[in-house]
Amino acid sequence: MKAINFLVVGVGGQGALLASNVLAEVGVRAGYDVKKAEVHGMSQRGGSVNSHVRWGQDVKSPVIGEGEVDVLFSLEKLETLRYVSMLRRGGAVLVGEFVIPPLTVSSGDDDYPDDAAIAGVFSQVTERFDFVPTLGLAKAAGSSRAHNVVLLGALSVIIDAVPLEIWLQVIAERVPKKYVQVNQKAFRLGKEIVSKDD
Amino acid sequence: MKILYSGNEAIARGAYESGVLLASAYPGTPSTEILESMVQYSQITSEWAPNEKVALDVAIGGAYAGVRSMAVMKHVGLNVAADAFFYAAMTGSEGGLVIVSADDPAMHSSQNEQDNRRYAKFGRVPCLEPSDSQEAKDMVGAAFEISERFDTPVLLRITTRIAHSHTLVELGQRPAEVDQREPQNYHIDRTKYVMVPGNARKRHPVIEARVEQLARFGQDFGYNLVEMQDTSLGIVTHGIAYQYAKEVFPQASFLRLGMTYPLPPKLISNFAAKVDRLIVIEELDAFIEEEIRLMGISVEGKSIFPAVGELDPGVVRKCSVQAGLLADSSTRPSPKLDKVSPLPMRPPLLCPGCPHRGVFTITNKLKLVVNGDIGCYTLGFLPPLSALHTCGCMGASIGVAHGVSKAGIQQKNVAVIGDSTFFHTGMPALLNVAYNQSDTVTIILDNRTTAMTGHQENPATGRTLAGDPTWAVDFEALSHSLGIEHVYAVDAYDLEEVETALREALDVAGPAVVIAKRACALLPETRKTWIALDVDSDRCNGCGLCFRVGCPAIVRSDETDAKTGRFLAEIDPLLCTGCEICAQVCARGAIFTREQMVEKQEQAA
Repeated sequence: MKAINFLVVGVGGQGALLASNVLAEVGVRAGYDVKKAEVHGMSQRGGSVNSHVRWGQDVKSPVIGEGEVDVLFSLEKLETLRYVSMLRRGGAVLVGEFVIPPLTVSSGDDDYPDDAAIAGVFSQVTERFDFVPTLGLAKAAGSSRAHNVVLLGALSVIIDAVPLEIWLQVIAERVPKKYVQVNQKAFRLGKEIVSKDD
Repeated sequence: MKILYSGNEAIARGAYESGVLLASAYPGTPSTEILESMVQYSQITSEWAPNEKVALDVAIGGAYAGVRSMAVMKHVGLNVAADAFFYAAMTGSEGGLVIVSADDPAMHSSQNEQDNRRYAKFGRVPCLEPSDSQEAKDMVGAAFEISERFDTPVLLRITTRIAHSHTLVELGQRPAEVDQREPQNYHIDRTKYVMVPGNARKRHPVIEARVEQLARFGQDFGYNLVEMQDTSLGIVTHGIAYQYAKEVFPQASFLRLGMTYPLPPKLISNFAAKVDRLIVIEELDAFIEEEIRLMGISVEGKSIFPAVGELDPGVVRKCSVQAGLLADSSTRPSPKLDKVSPLPMRPPLLCPGCPHRGVFTITNKLKLVVNGDIGCYTLGFLPPLSALHTCGCMGASIGVAHGVSKAGIQQKNVAVIGDSTFFHTGMPALLNVAYNQSDTVTIILDNRTTAMTGHQENPATGRTLAGDPTWAVDFEALSHSLGIEHVYAVDAYDLEEVETALREALDVAGPAVVIAKRACALLPETRKTWIALDVDSDRCNGCGLCFRVGCPAIVRSDETDAKTGRFLAEIDPLLCTGCEICAQVCARGAIFTREQMVEKQEQAA
């Protein structure tokens, strides 16, 4: 059972916590020892947020050290860059195509990096880098809020050792009842789009 | 079956399984979720207190009355509760007394990163430190046993990475007999519990002897773990640092201290004698290291690892490589960020619709010196508002403002404090303002909740922690009772009202209070009233006044004004709550009001 370190990042209010909660619980159901670390408090809405999730046989630290992330799971494009030093060489990067301009970008003081620049930075460390049209697929599934679950679907392709039923079951338990179908559809759409690429 | 629990949930569960009957706390990151989780166990009386000192006094009362009791706080809360902590250390108690201190290395959400193990030594109180959620739960039980066996309060110290990390926990049961017992006869022992000098002098030798007994007990304490492997390196560690060290040094020998005060001398000297090189890996202060050195044992620690900020496996590895404890095995290049550097920051902000924004807009307009306090409104110090000029600790604003007034400055100066913080430690300071009569104007930001820590009830919300209805304090009546004659209550969303009241309060002779009322925009009942506003692009000329209120919902559009060439404003309909503060600062009436938006919608329909 190979240990896997996930770093879930995004902007407060985007649903990074739901994604990391699902990811942690899926690990438990799949039989891993699991640890998860994040920081709550201060007004996180609109701030940069991250959550460390680790699967393994006997996980020690809940926090992942620099350069030891296997999968960088990013719900917002710019945020992906903030964590480049965390990724190990050859690690996988999944980037949701979701843009939330920081205040200094809205006010015109800073520029938002373009896709080529983001991909360029990561090309120095890994070839496994994918933009996923999370927002578009989530809307197609029935709710833009499900963009985080689209990215989980994409992730499930990388973590192919976990049966699909576990993912769907945990998602069903973690989202409001009336949104279960929307989220399960969002998951499938995310899974399909990455599978097609291969 | 094991389930994922945060350290905070685990401590609440531990209290339940240990038969705790009373718990009191003041919310504070990273400790808040302990009581929020505790309240699910109906057998435990769980309460929010107005501050940590009251919380600890309440828990001490419970323990004096013979039941297992708990007080919970963040690290700086123990400063507030220190007076109670020290007398409880002197008296001991009839039932077990456990104090949880949640320290915040790296200051994720705090004004300092003080190491509260120092309090344990200062007060002669044993200190337990868990390394994961399972231990956090189980050590609550151990702490109560120690408390009752040695007649002492016990400090259960966790850090942010224990509090907010989720690890697997095996649950136990609550002893049924706890909830079936009848009220006990209150045991009177005046020489033990009345800390007048004559009694206190008799107690001091007792607590010094208790430290000796606890150090001997630590020799065989089950949570002081010795793991002998390769003896070329021996690591003494504690808490979350143990996990980091185990990951970086899987082959080394370990002494993991579950009790970090007092330390067991024999256990340490035996371990030291078996290893070639002895190091301490501990977060923050050189607490263990100093104690070991006092035993005459040579040891390294802070010469290798930082005393500032958090550790993590990366930091431990890097420092160990530098100190020659590990070979450099890193093969990874540092990616260059030159094309995208510096990355735009994303600091925490006042939320869209935050009622504090309007008050700061006015204090800026009036060019006031603003003495701030601890809460969401502290974020008002950030640009573009830059509206807060001092902030030190809970309740400091009013005392500092009074001092500034008495010292005398050219500008006008005010105190700005939230509702919950006012109850915490602001009230005695306002009493001082009234008593010693300064021109201090105190602005109470009454947003009907304790917002910063995630919407906890407080004495003004009319609800208890358990959600039961209770009496709600009236700020106007309270201010008058404390001796403030001039009291103004205003709607924080109405800029004109805020400005008029504030000008008048600044003009009247003597102290005044302005209560700026408006519920937090994120409260569930407020969310129901959200209406997104819109910019009238025919009227907007890109002057940028609305950007200066610092609302994340107002963004620069791609359109420019034909005359000025400046970018027009745009409102993000997903973020805007319709507070209308931007509409009120706009000189051209270029932002549609709520009423206009409703009309537009009706017309469209």
